[in-house]
Amino acid sequence: MTSNVSNHIPNGPAAAAFLSGSIGVFVIGLLTTLSEASHAIGSALDWYSPSGPLVGKTLLGIISWLVSWFILNRMWKDKDVNLSKVFTWAIIIAALGFLLTFPPFFTMFKG
Amino acid sequence: MFGLSFTSREAWAVIHGMILGGLFLIAFAGGLAGLYMMRPQWMTTEGLRKQVRYLINGTWLMAVVAWLTVYTGTYIVYPWYRAKPPEGADLTKYPRSFLKANEAIAAWHNFGMEWKEHVAWFSPILATVVAYIIWRYRDQLAEDSRLRSYTITFFILAFLAAAIAGLLGALVTKAAPVA
Repeated sequence: MTSNVSNHIPNGPAAAAFLSGSIGVFVIGLLTTLSEASHAIGSALDWYSPSGPLVGKTLLGIISWLVSWFILNRMWKDKDVNLSKVFTWAIIIAALGFLLTFPPFFTMFKG
Repeated sequence: MFGLSFTSREAWAVIHGMILGGLFLIAFAGGLAGLYMMRPQWMTTEGLRKQVRYLINGTWLMAVVAWLTVYTGTYIVYPWYRAKPPEGADLTKYPRSFLKANEAIAAWHNFGMEWKEHVAWFSPILATVVAYIIWRYRDQLAEDSRLRSYTITFFILAFLAAAIAGLLGALVTKAAPVA
């Protein structure tokens, strides 16, 4: 089969999507650990009391994801970037996000 | 009828965990196979075009299902789980308090629920990234094996987050159901 891909799309938009997704994941993890470390931060994230600080953590994570996606996409949308390097960073940042939500880890910072 | 009634809370827990969550986890297998199979040497042009269309529709549907899953969980079921009991209340009706009051099963909250409620939100974010990339790049993914493998990796991470949340949710519900 020969491909009929006539218009090559640079990899910039993909890189922006990967990296911003991992930023969103990381922010949720970071806020999880920070709210364990600080009661004040936990209270500040309590935006909807029936669900508690989870709402603030996740909404800030989503906002971080979308804002970083917008910025990175504007920077990279017409470019080919070093996708391997960006993706490696995306995986590292996402892995940190996973770690920061892991209870045996974040409870080490209990304030 | 037939004695198969649910309370409204049980019904929402089923919608959240078994219907929406289960649908996402099952659809993952098809999506993964579709992405893996996107190789020019394995497909005709027409076959690739159809594959791309199915993948675009399927992955966007998965992303929507993931968002609905975390939304129903966080804003509908979770408030019932974490509601504070009044003095002297039957704690079996207050799952979080019930678990935390008993050292033998407290880890279902301290580990299970605490991890599940946060990691679950990774799934719709990562699933949306995957759906976007497939929609944006379409059949270019067949030619670009590196981009395709990176997309598969993110897809697996989205599944992993959902699987952790789903498994822990099922086990927590077993220990302390929302009813």
